[in-house]
Order: sequence, then structure tokens, then C-alpha cells
Amino acid sequence: MTPIRRRLATALLGFGVLAISALVLAPLVGSTPISLRRAFDRSVPFADNVDAQILFVARLPRTLSGALVGAALASAGVVFQGLLRNPLATPFTLGVSAGAALGAMLAITLGWTLDRLGVPAVAGASFAGALAAVAIVYALARARHRGLSTDVLLLAGVTMNAFFSALILFVQYFADFAETYRTVRWLMGDLDVSSYAPIVTALPLVLASFVAFAWVARPLNLLSLGPDSAETHGIRVETAQRAAFFSASLATGAAVSVGGPVGFVGIVVPHLVRLVVGPDHRVVLPSSALFGAAFLVGCDVVARTVMAPVEIPVGVITALIGGPFFLWLLIHRHGRTRTY
Amino acid sequence: MLQAADVTFAYGSRGVLHRVSLQVPDGGFAGLLGPNGSGKTTMLRVLAGTLKPASGEVRLDGEDVSRIPRAALARRMAVVPQETHLAFDYSVLEVVLMGRYPHLGTFEVEGPRDLAIARQALEATGTGALEARRFATLSGGEKQRVIIASALAQIAGGEGARGSLLLLDEPTVALDLAYQLETAALLRTLQRQSRVTIVISTHDLNFAASLCDTLVLLREGRVLVAGPTDDVLTPAHVAALYGVDADVARHAAAGHLVVVPVRRSDAAP
Repeated sequence: MTPIRRRLATALLGFGVLAISALVLAPLVGSTPISLRRAFDRSVPFADNVDAQILFVARLPRTLSGALVGAALASAGVVFQGLLRNPLATPFTLGVSAGAALGAMLAITLGWTLDRLGVPAVAGASFAGALAAVAIVYALARARHRGLSTDVLLLAGVTMNAFFSALILFVQYFADFAETYRTVRWLMGDLDVSSYAPIVTALPLVLASFVAFAWVARPLNLLSLGPDSAETHGIRVETAQRAAFFSASLATGAAVSVGGPVGFVGIVVPHLVRLVVGPDHRVVLPSSALFGAAFLVGCDVVARTVMAPVEIPVGVITALIGGPFFLWLLIHRHGRTRTY
Repeated sequence: MLQAADVTFAYGSRGVLHRVSLQVPDGGFAGLLGPNGSGKTTMLRVLAGTLKPASGEVRLDGEDVSRIPRAALARRMAVVPQETHLAFDYSVLEVVLMGRYPHLGTFEVEGPRDLAIARQALEATGTGALEARRFATLSGGEKQRVIIASALAQIAGGEGARGSLLLLDEPTVALDLAYQLETAALLRTLQRQSRVTIVISTHDLNFAASLCDTLVLLREGRVLVAGPTDDVLTPAHVAALYGVDADVARHAAAGHLVVVPVRRSDAAP
């Protein structure tokens, strides 16, 4: 067995078991103990079965959305880091989350409640905002160059982040207290979906981007050598960069529409995974998707239980873990010649 | 046969290459020589197909390189850049295996044969012992040899009978004398035994003289003179190229021409 095959098999097995364990265990844990036997007792009508309600209405959709958001953000982080050739990039570096936040906050402030195609207005508006930000950043990065300049991409993304944040403050200034509160809660990142609708809508988008991720994994390895060398290794660099940019943006937009801009998943998870499996994107991508799911589901269990019965938004937990980790990473990076 | 015909290239409004023509026969060893900024590296990138000339064209066996599918071209032609910085912390073996990517199907991963080819390439460049090391921790010379190994893995067992090509940009810059000799020996073996066509860009006249069958002297993006090494490497051409009076003589022990710069010529070009 060649090293890559062995590593792929080991990593998928290890992180797969981790993800499945998280998915199975998380719904069983919470501030209210539940009995599985009663939850699955068909003789009690669902309306009277509190255990079943907690399991199927509160915890299961929450766990599933955590898995979906975690997998999407972690793997999108890997793709953005590979595309920008920068291990410190995140899914939000290029303005996707700021666009999504603006969309969400417009929906909240203007009181949009229309459920188009069964999608809650806030989720739909945040996804639209994410796409708008992506389109603007892409247009800017294309305008100055023949190809797709990752430097301009980065600058455009950072600028759009700042600009959208200013717009958010501007809209917020005119919002009333309740709207502002809802917006702030949204910005913290929260998996309290209480419905399967957002998951069902986001799932096909995330799966579509995963197909693209499988294809861009090998080109991302080559892009690490630099665009010229990637090209002489037989790939069309611009096609690969475009595929990476749009698929990672799609996954991020879909994830943010479900759980808000949950921070740090997209950087903590890829780095931990690389420490274990090495930098090969063909191993890092699926591993990060699996570990990202497990990580966010785990963080959400902490968020639900650590101050029970108060539930903390999961974004606060990921930031509390991710912030110090990020700093450790920076120091570690400077202390050695290794790239991370 | 690799041919460039009337290649012109500019970065923005700054012209870099002006109607450069050259040809390298199959199994040939050509050197692009010239001072800094003469367009050597740009010409090499045009030959590799990574830069599209503004006018003129590059042909490989009569086919326009810009029309050859990238992956097919990569299976025949490998390029060794002057320097390689990796964005992530790959191992030496992983870097060499990247040379096998053009040979793999879309979702295929490297198999035992690719691994064998990669190890062979590491052995050929004397870097077998570095296999498990992180690329970023290597010295400049070691990196260079690993990248050459990756290039060898890339053109190994490629397109059947058609000859493969290796393009190297300033291959001696990071190498001390011992490794320069070693690299020269490796390239010579590749050319003679494997019939690999080699093109190097270099400002090192003696390194070029020790290896190349033909030289192309570039000055300010134009071909000053081109032809067999013995005809091209004359005191007059060195003076015209660098503004330096030089002695050119055949070194008995080394068996090739040696250029010794003596003084700046007053009649600078």
C-alpha cells in the first residue's frame, strides 16, 4: 500500500469513527436527561411524549446542523488556505460572512418573514448576501488581472469585510432594541435551529461543494508550489482557482445561512488535522470535514450543558477555544521554520 | 524538436523579449545565457508555455505548445524553477510524488509504480536519504535536487517514444561547487542515456560551457548570437554581452571551454 492510500484509509477511519460517535452521543446529552426507551415508545402519542420531542425537535436537528455547519466550514477553510497559499486564511477572510451578516440583518431589521420555498427569510437573505459578497470580490480580483490574482482576492476580501461591517453598523443604528438583539445573537453563531428545513435546504449545496472539493484537492497540492509550477505540472491554474473559490464560498454561504458565522472552526480544525495527517489536501479535506463535524457537535454539547439551563451560543464556545489556539499557532509558527 | 519563432513578450509596456528565435533538437542541450535582466528566465517560461508570447510562437515537434493540453505537455516536459517555496509543510517524498500527478486519472492517487518511480528519481539525484524530511527544512542545494527529482519523476515513463524535455532556470544559483559538479553530471547522464532534451538558463558561463551543445546569448531581450558552444563562446561575444574582456581557453583537465574575466572593457556595449 502506498503512503497516500494508507494515510487516506487511516484518516478516514479514525475521523469517521470520531464523527459518528459525536453524532450518536450528542443527542443523548443535555440539560434534561431523556430516556431513549420512552423516546422511541410508539404507544405514547408524539404530542405527549416529552422525551421524543426533546430528541427529535430540539437535539437531533441541532446535532445534524452542527455536523453540517462544522463539516462545511472546516473543509471550506482548508480550500481557502490552499487557494490563498496562506495557512492563516479562514472561510470568512474573503468577505463571505460579512455579506451573509448584512443579508441576515436586513432580513431581521426590515422584518422579512416570507418563507420562500420553505426557507426562513433570515437564512435565505444571509445566503444571498454571501453570494453578493463573493461576486463582488471575484469581480474585483478579475478586473485587475488577466488571471485570478490571489493577492488582489485577499485585499478585496479584507476590504469588503470592513465595508460590509460598516454597512451593518449603519443599518443597526436604525434598528430597534429587539432587532439589534436578534442580529447580535445571529452574529454569535447559533445552532438552535429547531427545525429540519434549513438543514434540508443547505445539504445539497454543501454536498455539491464537497464534490468540487474532491476535484480541487490535488490541484491545491500543486498550487502550494506556486502558480507557475502548478501549471507546468499539468493543471489549468485559473480553472482550479475558480473552482476552489466558488465551491468554498458556496459551502461557507450555506453553512452561515444555517448557523450564522460560527468562528474559528475553519482554522482550528484544518490545523489540528494537518498536525495529524500532514499537508496533503486529498487527506486533509475529507479528514477536516469529518473532524469539523465532530468538533462543532462537541462544542455545541458544551454550549448546551456548561451553564445549563442557560444555553450559550456555540460561536462563543468555538471562539473561547479557537482564540487562544490561534495565538498559540502564531507563536509556534514564528518559533520554527515550519510553515505551521 | 523544440522551436521558438520570433517570440516577443512584454510585461505591460516594458518589452522583455524581441523576436527571439531558437531551436533545440531532440536530445540536445541548450543554454540561454545573458546578464541579469536579459530575458533568460522569461524566455524559459515562454518555452514552458506558462507565458504566452505577444507574438511569435513556440512549437514542440511542430505543434504549438499553447495548443497542447496542459496535462499532456506536463507528461513530456518538466520545469525546475530557480527557487521553490511551499505554502504547506510537505515531505520530500510528497513533493517528488507531485511529479506523478499529470499521469494520474482525475480521482486516482499514486500507486506502487509511481512510488517506485519517485524513489528512483530520489536515488538518481542523491536525495534518497532525505525522503522523509520536511521539504522546508532542507538547504537550498538539497531543495534544488529534490525539485530536480520531482521533475525526473514527472517525465519518467511518459509519452512513449517521443522524447521528454527538462527546463531548468538558473540551476546553479543555490548550489556550491561540489553539487554543481554533481548536478552537471546528472544532467549529462540524462541527456546521453535517457535522451532527455535539456534547456537551461544561466549566467554561469563555465557551467554552461561544461554542459551545453548549443548556446543562445541574450542581450536586452534580443538574440546576440546563437550556435554551437565552441563557436559562440568567444572573447568578442563575451565582451559584447557583459562588457568584460575575457580569456576563453579549453581547459585540459575539465575538457571544455573556460571563460576567465580579466577586466571591464572600455568599449562597453
